[in-house]
Amino acid sequence: MIVDWANFTPIKSLAGGAMIGLSAALFMLLNGRIAGISGILGGLLTAGGWRDGWRVSFVAGLLGAPVLYVLITPLPPIVVQTRAPLLILGGLLVGFGTRAASGCTSGHGVCGISRGSVRSGVATLTFMVAGFGTVFAIRHLWGS
Amino acid sequence: MRNISSLLVGLLFGFGLILSGMANPAKVLGFLDLAGHWDPSLAFVMIGAIALASIGFFASRRAGKPLLDQTKHLPAKKKIDVQLIVGSAIFGVGWGIAGFCPGPAVVAAGAAKTAAVIFLAAMLAGMLAFKLLDARRSIEPNSSAR
Repeated sequence: MIVDWANFTPIKSLAGGAMIGLSAALFMLLNGRIAGISGILGGLLTAGGWRDGWRVSFVAGLLGAPVLYVLITPLPPIVVQTRAPLLILGGLLVGFGTRAASGCTSGHGVCGISRGSVRSGVATLTFMVAGFGTVFAIRHLWGS
Repeated sequence: MRNISSLLVGLLFGFGLILSGMANPAKVLGFLDLAGHWDPSLAFVMIGAIALASIGFFASRRAGKPLLDQTKHLPAKKKIDVQLIVGSAIFGVGWGIAGFCPGPAVVAAGAAKTAAVIFLAAMLAGMLAFKLLDARRSIEPNSSAR
């Protein structure tokens, strides 16, 4: 293992993570809900789900975040090197998998673990290991 | 009020994803690439997020009722079953392919990043596919689901 010190951003990542955690905390304290993005999006896809004002508002907040962010400070780069067919495959798998597992990085990884849910801990461990394994296979087995 | 708090919480969540580097798939894949040039930054995102969220969930357990609703809406499922493991594994593979998970995909789509819009459309299709499959499964008479 070689650590990529050039791209290492501990302070920004810790601060950004704290904002994510604060947002999850506020959502539970104010609305009594889990800030799980796949669940919020999935609910919008059910019949009449788009009438849930809080779901629409939350997603609007996520979509609006980069728009407001640039008013304060330049947006950090968003670099996507994956080609369209693989992006589509990845999207299908992420959408299907997160709904089957009833949660993703936010619902299980942040909220679930913070609530002390063993189920979420198992889910997080599973998708992390699958993520590590997939990147290893793509970059070091097939790759270059 | 509930919609306004959702909007503001969503905004803060989005700011956090952008600042932390989670909204950048190249950085996410750098974290997932243990055997290459590993970027440990995203471990710090999790540490920061779990630290603050834990305090919030602890406080909410103390407080009982949420401020803006009559009751809390907590997940009912407690069981660790095959669906949880297989679903999470499928998610992890997709995450490793593209470097996007659901939150960052929405945020990057908001930044008008074409690749994110493509990913998001496919992700919503995947969610819909699961919903259709799940509905069909629960109609089947011998289904043990739910």
